[in-house]
Amino acid sequence: MSWDLILTGLAGVVAMATPVVFATLGETLTERAGVINLSVNGTILLSAMGGFVAALTTGSLWLGFLVGMLIGGAVAFLVAFTSLTLKQSQVAVGFVLALFTRDLSYYLGNPFVGKQGPRVPVMPIPGLSKIPVLGELLFDHDPLTYLSIVLIFVTWFWVYKTRPGLILQGLGERPAAAYARGANVRLQRFIYTVLGGMLVGLAGPTYSLSVKAGWKGTISGLDGIGWIALALTIFGAWNPLRGAAGAYMFALLQWLSLVVQPYLPGVPTQVLQVAPFPLMILTLLLVNIGNTEWMKRTLAGLPPDARHFISRILRALQVTPPAGLGRAFEEE
Amino acid sequence: MNDHMTWRETVLYRGGAVLLALALTSFIIWISSPETPPWEVLGLIFRGAFSTPSQGGISWSKVADVLVAWIPMLLAAAGLLITFAAGLWNIGVEGQIVMGAVFTTWVLRALQGSGYPPALILTLGIVAGAVGGALWALLVGLLRTYGGVNEIFGGLGMNFVATTIVLWLIFGPWKRPGIGSMSGTEPFPPELHLPTLGNTRLSPVALAIGLGGMAVAYLLLKGTYFGLRLKAVGNNPRAARLMGMQPGRYMLLAFGLGGALVGLAGAVQVTAVYHRLIPAISSGYGWLGLLVCMLVNYDPTWAPLVSLFFAAINIGSIQLPIVLSLDSSLAGVIQGALVFSFLFTEGLRRTVMRRRARAAAS
Repeated sequence: MSWDLILTGLAGVVAMATPVVFATLGETLTERAGVINLSVNGTILLSAMGGFVAALTTGSLWLGFLVGMLIGGAVAFLVAFTSLTLKQSQVAVGFVLALFTRDLSYYLGNPFVGKQGPRVPVMPIPGLSKIPVLGELLFDHDPLTYLSIVLIFVTWFWVYKTRPGLILQGLGERPAAAYARGANVRLQRFIYTVLGGMLVGLAGPTYSLSVKAGWKGTISGLDGIGWIALALTIFGAWNPLRGAAGAYMFALLQWLSLVVQPYLPGVPTQVLQVAPFPLMILTLLLVNIGNTEWMKRTLAGLPPDARHFISRILRALQVTPPAGLGRAFEEE
Repeated sequence: MNDHMTWRETVLYRGGAVLLALALTSFIIWISSPETPPWEVLGLIFRGAFSTPSQGGISWSKVADVLVAWIPMLLAAAGLLITFAAGLWNIGVEGQIVMGAVFTTWVLRALQGSGYPPALILTLGIVAGAVGGALWALLVGLLRTYGGVNEIFGGLGMNFVATTIVLWLIFGPWKRPGIGSMSGTEPFPPELHLPTLGNTRLSPVALAIGLGGMAVAYLLLKGTYFGLRLKAVGNNPRAARLMGMQPGRYMLLAFGLGGALVGLAGAVQVTAVYHRLIPAISSGYGWLGLLVCMLVNYDPTWAPLVSLFFAAINIGSIQLPIVLSLDSSLAGVIQGALVFSFLFTEGLRRTVMRRRARAAAS
């Protein structure tokens, strides 16, 4: 395989990861605020379909993305209202909406299956795209990819380096303390849930108007992406940088499975395409196992050298969720 | 908080949920085809569940089809009621159906042509299905209790792994003579099919397994000390631990038992419906089982009826593309709208009750 082909492939990985990055960033913000929005998988499908139909019928790409984000925000609002205001289980509401919006996208999108729609043009950044290797890898994409890369750093900066970001961390970790300091916990959780939902809603049209242009109903290949984004949020330890890294790794694995396929004639194509998914659980296991009691107990019984070595590895991988994640919060 | 509902509240909130779901689906139908009145579409689904609309009259083969769809839903719901009782979100249910089907297919393939009586082979195959579902669920349980992986994400991951395994089997070791295809493995000979009633697709044995599975879940949760302890663990693991129970062990038991019932759904799909292993062997019945459990508020009493209703919607909606050229995924839209409306109105009811309790206290 030539170097040029590899470079083109890797540039494709960056593009393919774009929608996953959007969705993971959105869910990271939502969960940082202490809310689990489990509807991501269906939201991506519905916003992909809605955005595609809007752009197809009006001819405006902008409108397509706007509709996608509005759908994402609306679904997230339903999750927030039913769980934060009406105090129903976040998992239940999110899961129902995940199925509902998925079937809704198939139902309403049925007349538009296979239609040729508009597509976001590639816009190389003048100058930067001429840099060897890095230019093709990062600066020869459509504007969405640039936006996603910028958003990774913006989100990271917001969460860790600003005052509102500090309050956001408090919303998820210790809502009672945030409330005592004058933060309107419920309102802020609402805002971050809807904002996160809008980012997830951006992922849909990024597929249907760019990365996998068009709408093909049940064979669009988008079913499952949302669940991956949810897993990446955990894998990323609710850190935007680490979550985005996970998204690129996932896209890389998918590409690799296509690359190695000719060399593994015994393994059916279909298997390699889903191979990255099992790897996700393995990583979830690795990042979680340090939290379990039996692991702590086992470690305590080991000789000091081994204990330090293993616990250092585990600590590097380990993630702990925001303490208030998924819990209802009563103001009084 | 007093959770008992007066009959007026029942009518108000449960009726409200149904009306909200109707309004939601009517609106969606209106968007998709403004020229067809929504009640015509819903009426078609209703009639399609027990008649062939072009011919009229009751079609017994349609009624049988509804029962055929009811069986896996009953088994999935039964298994999920047990895991829900232990406070677990068994989203791995789809993978457990799939692995049940894989184990059943495995045993049938191994024993076909062995000379054993078909009834014995089928029995062993169905038992293997329960084992497959239980093992797959236990993996999620072990990931949760010993790996610290939340069962929602462990389950989701295991669903993908199960799908991978099925695809690998169908296109690899179990592929049809010649080339593997999405149509599945080589069908089993007729003597390894569960016998069906008359000209219908309904197998009485499968129906008995489905109803039996639901009865097991009902009796276990409503009539045994074990069910009570399971619920204690589900409601408050910490308190249960203080009472001397080991929550982890109960969770694993719930996963094992629930997974066995769910695995039977896969066994039934192989032995009574498809007679082979296909990629989409679970047909989303696991997800529907989850919706059923939510709609009955995790109480087994109404689960069989609600499952039957969901099965009727599934079968009735097959008429949509034929008669009105609408997509049959409307079935899932209606089911989702119903459950969402239920959660929504139930939330409203509890909010009103909380307000009232607060007003009474001050």
